[in-house]
Amino acid sequence: MPETQPDDRPKAGYKGSESRPGPRFLWLGFIFVLLSGIVGSGIVWSTATPTPELALDLRGGTSIILEPQLDEGENVTPEQLNEAVAIIRQRIDSTGVSEAEINTQGGRNIVVNLPVYPDDRTRELVRASAQLRFRPVLMTGPGQPAVVQQEDPAQEQPDPSEGLSEEGQRYLEELTGGQDAEGSQEADGTEDAPAEESDPEAGGAATQVAAPQPEEGAGEGEAPPADVPGPAGQNPEGSPGEDQPAPMENPSDPSQITEELYAEYEALDCSDPENLIGGSTDDPHAPLVACSQDGSTKFILGPMEVSGATIADASFGYRVTSTGAQTNEPVVNLEFNREGTEQFREVTQRITNMQPPYNQFAIVLDGLVVSAPVSQAIITDGRAQISGSFTRDSAETLANQLKNGSLPISFQVQSEEQISPTLGADYLRSALIAGGIGLVLVIGYALLQYRTLGLLTVSSIGVVAALTYLLLLLVSWRYGYRLSLAGMAGLIIGLGAAADSFIVYFERVRDELRSGRALRSAVEVGWERARRTIYASKAVNMLAAVILYFLAVGSVRGFAFTMGLTVIVDVLIMILFTHPMFQVLARTRFFGDGHPWSGMDPRKLGVKKAAYRGALNIDLDKARTVSEKRGRGGSAKEARRRQTIVERREAAAAAARSGGGTGSGKKDGTSGNEDES
Amino acid sequence: MMDRFFSWGNRLHSGETSLPFVPKARLWLSIAAGVLVLSAVLPFFRGGFNLGIEFTGGSSFAVSNVQDTSAAIGEEAVSEVAPEAEAQLVPTSDTSVRIQTRQLSNDQMQSIADNLVAAYGVATDDVTFTYIGPTFGQDIAERMFTGLVVFIALAALVLALYFRTWKMSAAAIGGLFSVMIITVGIYSITGLNITPAAVIAFLTVLALSLYDTVVVFDKVRENTQDFQENTRMKFSELVNLAVNQTTVRSINTSVVSTLPVAAVLFIGVFVFGAATLMDIALALFIGQVVAFISSLFVASPLYALLRSREPAVREQEQRVKEARERRGLPDIPPVLFETEEQLKERGALAG
Repeated sequence: MPETQPDDRPKAGYKGSESRPGPRFLWLGFIFVLLSGIVGSGIVWSTATPTPELALDLRGGTSIILEPQLDEGENVTPEQLNEAVAIIRQRIDSTGVSEAEINTQGGRNIVVNLPVYPDDRTRELVRASAQLRFRPVLMTGPGQPAVVQQEDPAQEQPDPSEGLSEEGQRYLEELTGGQDAEGSQEADGTEDAPAEESDPEAGGAATQVAAPQPEEGAGEGEAPPADVPGPAGQNPEGSPGEDQPAPMENPSDPSQITEELYAEYEALDCSDPENLIGGSTDDPHAPLVACSQDGSTKFILGPMEVSGATIADASFGYRVTSTGAQTNEPVVNLEFNREGTEQFREVTQRITNMQPPYNQFAIVLDGLVVSAPVSQAIITDGRAQISGSFTRDSAETLANQLKNGSLPISFQVQSEEQISPTLGADYLRSALIAGGIGLVLVIGYALLQYRTLGLLTVSSIGVVAALTYLLLLLVSWRYGYRLSLAGMAGLIIGLGAAADSFIVYFERVRDELRSGRALRSAVEVGWERARRTIYASKAVNMLAAVILYFLAVGSVRGFAFTMGLTVIVDVLIMILFTHPMFQVLARTRFFGDGHPWSGMDPRKLGVKKAAYRGALNIDLDKARTVSEKRGRGGSAKEARRRQTIVERREAAAAAARSGGGTGSGKKDGTSGNEDES
Repeated sequence: MMDRFFSWGNRLHSGETSLPFVPKARLWLSIAAGVLVLSAVLPFFRGGFNLGIEFTGGSSFAVSNVQDTSAAIGEEAVSEVAPEAEAQLVPTSDTSVRIQTRQLSNDQMQSIADNLVAAYGVATDDVTFTYIGPTFGQDIAERMFTGLVVFIALAALVLALYFRTWKMSAAAIGGLFSVMIITVGIYSITGLNITPAAVIAFLTVLALSLYDTVVVFDKVRENTQDFQENTRMKFSELVNLAVNQTTVRSINTSVVSTLPVAAVLFIGVFVFGAATLMDIALALFIGQVVAFISSLFVASPLYALLRSREPAVREQEQRVKEARERRGLPDIPPVLFETEEQLKERGALAG
């Protein structure tokens, strides 16, 4: 398509300064092939979609923005917020609502996007605070109801009022690999986690709690006599419930398991997601039937003994042996405040030497058991270590749960927006129509202003649109981006802004033409100058987009995102497509000779044909050849150089025009700035 | 028509036609100051800004596909459930309305929605509602304000670094403030609701306004780069020529960036009201027009004025004046490709 230069146009001067279009097209092609390849294979083999995923306002659904309810002076940390998101996600996912999106926003809010209209229960679940509590374990078993268990069913049908503890013990012994309740275990928790059927993260008995360091006396010195065997818990210090009408002697008292409670336990099916929703409806002073968080185990638990609020800190690390050597076994370290230390000492003192499962205590978060370690030592200093078959991740998760569950936050609905699917579809349609009309108008104006060159604008906008679309697909697939109405507004405005930079560029080239350059060099010089302007203005645009993105809440972010995206794409396309394409076009006879329809006709730009011919083809190009050989000096030097060119050109222009006009002195009035233009 | 626009652009570029941006700087700036004061004061006569419920807290219902957009139907449907709700109905298009009320409870909102379905005879899907808590609105407003301050501070820094002179940055930011205050003023004088979407649009306008200013100032910087060595044109004339030379560009970029926005407005008004889109488009439309005028009539004259007192500038202007006198030329800026005779002729006409 590019024709060669007309013969009367010397080419020598251009070679050095011109960047070659070829490599840039290759880069552009490479970017397109790469992106299409990634997204395309994502569509074929993964979950990518051929259209961007839509946000609620275009698709219909409910968006709830929550804010933590805090007392004066209280603050919520990002970790606590993330933990809260995890809890809400667990609740919502378990209700069977699919495609719920739950995220933190702005470091303070949680946004829950549901594709459906939430019922009151879901609404409640989203708001409710989550409590972390330590409860003694009274009974435990696999998550499914008795009928579907693979174990000997006979074992699972004991009379609830008698023989219960035996059954429970036997079951747990199986579960924990027959670990005995040994009264005088070393406090360093060196035993390996027992192998058992249930998942170690399930909150089964796979974990043990001990003092973090093998402190002498921590375990043994205060250990109760090993002959305190039974779950009935003849607590030598007296039971807390002694002077109360409640029948239980202490929180581990099996007599708390009433017939009803046991029936409930039997019927509980932890494989049913309904039962894994959580929600803090449990009464801290009553026994509780609960599932482990993953549904693999179920429990009957005694009343709360230690509140999660008494946890001062929790972290995960690796176990240190008694000799001080570090192992690669992940553990969770736990530290209580003074109140918690006292309560925890009481618990461990009472249960450590009991029979399984009474020597276990359950860590209950939001009504679900996240871990149920076996107490191996009496913890007097409030520093405990939970070990077992943790992976690094599961240890970290538990540590986070312990640490952040310790500040129970409930949430207040700050904003609720609800869009019906039909309305969303209407919005989408009107946004598309508006975008389409806007595009047609911009193209129409570009063609009017720049004639055939307007087609370069059109194709550039086309390339910008294609690349933006691919990128939207990518972020929609990989990062869960959802295109919202505000996002579409950002795209429409970005389109206008992209066209803006083409105008800045083309006008610049026209300026160079006006000052008498041939198109080829006008394109080069115009680009040099327009580029800086475009970079600076785009940087300002980007700045606005980034600030909006990071400070904004809700729909504003979608807008900022697409606006920022189009800014980047626009600059990229200017460099890799618009400019090289213009370079190619400038070499054609149609544009290079300034055809009236090319949009770059010097005569239309106020340059007389004769002056143009005379000044450019004879004097100017020679002059440039010379000056470019001199190389590029400082800007002042270059300005001086141009000045001489301009003076010469003007002389030629005047000569061509009037045939008689003398002296450069007459016209040099503007020469200082004219070529600068 | 396009040919006339072209030749006008050419004449602006050569200096043959010159719009007096800088020579009449004081006039433009006085007008701008007047408009600024009006924009700042008038809204208070109207009882302050008309903030949307997103900032103040409240409930809002949108009903689409309605036959009749008169206020009575919707407001009655609300007051049946909540007489104290202070319902206000605004038609958003020929077939849709929006009703804003004070904050209502969840149950109230639900039964109002049911009432609206019955009153308008529309499908359940056609009624949607939104609830905004009071502190949330405050929170949004605070964030917006922080964003604005951060943006202006950073933009000033970027511009100062880019132009390497604080006066250009100051002039650009001065233009920015005038855009902001006037846009918000117009918005609230006309009684339009200020919603978060509108605030997004304001911020975008500020970015676009700076874009315009950067284009103009780049040219100004280029023209005035070695102004001290220039004996033919005064500094202020160089600035003025630069603004004139970028006028066509400013018109073109403004038209092109306003066209899509106008399309959104058109769709919003005549076809269908999507509130977010409309709010953004309306604020953008007003803001872009103000920004276009401001970058030509406020930022550039302000810059010329800021520098006019510099000794170097005064000296140079004096030198040019003397040079002109020496050569018997009138004290007016020369034009590209003009002969001395033509220049003198123009001088005689002008003086």
